[in-house]
Amino acid sequence: MPESPVKEAPSPRFLPRDRLPALLDSLRQAGYRCVGPQLKEGAIVYDELRSVADLPQGVHDRQSPGEYRIHRDNDQRYFAWANGPQALKPLLFAPRENLWRAERDDSGRIRFRETLPVVAPIAVIGARACDLAALRIQDKIFLQGAHPDPYYAARREGLFIVAVNCSHPAATCFCASTGDGPSATHSYDIVLGELDEGFVAAAGSAKGGAILDGIALAPATAKQRRAAKKQSERAAQAQTRTLPGRNLRDALFANLEHPRWGEVAGRCLSCGNCTSVCPTCFCHAENEQPCLDGTSSEHVREWDSCFTQGHSYIHGLTIRPDTRTRYRQWLTHKLGSWHDQFDSSGCVGCGRCITWCPVGIDITEEANAICGACG
Amino acid sequence: MRVSNPYLLHEAEIVERIDEVAGVFTLRLRFTDAAVRRTYGFQPGQFNMVYLYGVGEVAISIVSDPRDERLFDHTVRVVGRVTRGLAQLQAGDFIGIRGPFGRGWPLREAQGRDVLIVSGGLGCAPTVSVVNYVLNRRERYGRLIIMQGVKHANDLLWRERYSQWAQQPNTEVIIAADVGAALWPWHVGLVTDLFDGIHLNPANTVAMMCGPEGMMRAAVRRLSQSGMDETAIYLSMERNMQCAVGHCGHCQYGGKFVCKDGPVFSYPEIKELLGVKGF
Repeated sequence: MPESPVKEAPSPRFLPRDRLPALLDSLRQAGYRCVGPQLKEGAIVYDELRSVADLPQGVHDRQSPGEYRIHRDNDQRYFAWANGPQALKPLLFAPRENLWRAERDDSGRIRFRETLPVVAPIAVIGARACDLAALRIQDKIFLQGAHPDPYYAARREGLFIVAVNCSHPAATCFCASTGDGPSATHSYDIVLGELDEGFVAAAGSAKGGAILDGIALAPATAKQRRAAKKQSERAAQAQTRTLPGRNLRDALFANLEHPRWGEVAGRCLSCGNCTSVCPTCFCHAENEQPCLDGTSSEHVREWDSCFTQGHSYIHGLTIRPDTRTRYRQWLTHKLGSWHDQFDSSGCVGCGRCITWCPVGIDITEEANAICGACG
Repeated sequence: MRVSNPYLLHEAEIVERIDEVAGVFTLRLRFTDAAVRRTYGFQPGQFNMVYLYGVGEVAISIVSDPRDERLFDHTVRVVGRVTRGLAQLQAGDFIGIRGPFGRGWPLREAQGRDVLIVSGGLGCAPTVSVVNYVLNRRERYGRLIIMQGVKHANDLLWRERYSQWAQQPNTEVIIAADVGAALWPWHVGLVTDLFDGIHLNPANTVAMMCGPEGMMRAAVRRLSQSGMDETAIYLSMERNMQCAVGHCGHCQYGGKFVCKDGPVFSYPEIKELLGVKGF
């Protein structure tokens, strides 16, 4: 096969702060519904973006194990915060959705109808490098096996991504350690680096290039490009948490009887917050909901967690009856057997499971305690 | 990016219902759509997701011979909501089926060799498909040794079938019950106690087993001691399954998805975790 010629990346352009609305307009004109970060109920979440006024300008976060707090100042920046509880996951792998409906007639015959989502193309603004790494993992889970998932595929097909390189990592972040951030390097259509006066903008796809071309921007100056690069380097250096290695598979499975599993089980509430906020966790349960009309029944799937009792239930036996075996399942899967399944770790260093754990269990601390010396 | 939907079921009619023992029954099924009937095919050891209207799905192995183009059979034990409901159905009722899923038994690799089947409890259902397969193609295989253990003598399914199998050429049937009963003609005790009596040819035997993991581990130990290569030992595993295509996460066994990488595994593939509580 002939080698494809190396394409020279188009040189970055500069999007002045007051022209950010033009980017949103251009995306809307191209048929996208814009979704972006905004401050709601004390946290930065992704929701429908009506205008740039919805963005969390001057909003900052403070995160630590079991803690998330917001504060404001007069900063002009829109993206001077680290990720809130949501990743891109809920946009593609719906927390709850109907898979199909069974209709039964008077003679007992059953007809099955698939209920695929009707999805308008979405442009998501502000995706971070860790979440793009997670997106690539979920694509692999749902789309690249022998049985691609048509529900995920329907949402994924129309997704346009405007990434923003992370400039303000939280104390819980460790994407530099996993190698997934803080700068976006793949899976985006446009990437922005936010400076005080505006954004260094580059296209990552033809679609992204066309959108940028539509808003006639000047090239970014060498000084602006340097400032954006420097900022990303500082964001990496600011991170203090690390995992003891990028492939802990053998180290974890060599330590299945480590006393730390019992110790962490004494703190873990088995609540499943970590699996809900994790951008790569994919477990889901299927449930049947007979309709009140008496002639049809809907088959629903919703996010499940390996911390529930039902997750490992099999006719009269629960394989993981206690928190020790459930926490061990989660960690050995996330950092260990994930490599067997998808050729990568299941952790992208976003730190959400640390922040949103009600008792502040820290995945990096547990991994270091269990396999630090041998990782 | 339009892809075929692996979650969507096909309607099937119950053509016949056979009661096996108390709480165990066999459904003989036929897809109502002729096009589905034409394209459907499976390997012994694979399973279908079986759907009861308004209640849900369960993963159940297919016990019939893949050569039967007319019907396929599921033998079901009543253990939960779906199977309790399925037990109420009769011939002429309709259910949903999607499948087949997973990897079945290594029947091609076993050709020309002796086949040893070790099963326990209702574990015999997935292995019955192997017995039927071998007996229907008797000339392709060597000795067929069927070892079956049950908790109580009254739990033994297919008593007559075992007697019939024992009459077949080059076929031995060895049965044990932990607890015997009046007129129980077979061994009382563990089935794994009986390995010494069968004089295996370890270099030319493929073992296929299904049932409680403790029993399978004991059997693997005995077979390894007798000189059998670990790669010639196959086990059918069971875990919670909801999607059957490796997406829902429930059936994970370390790095394996039992639904798509199994349910049949060679012993080296799963030995790392076999017997470790919690996986």
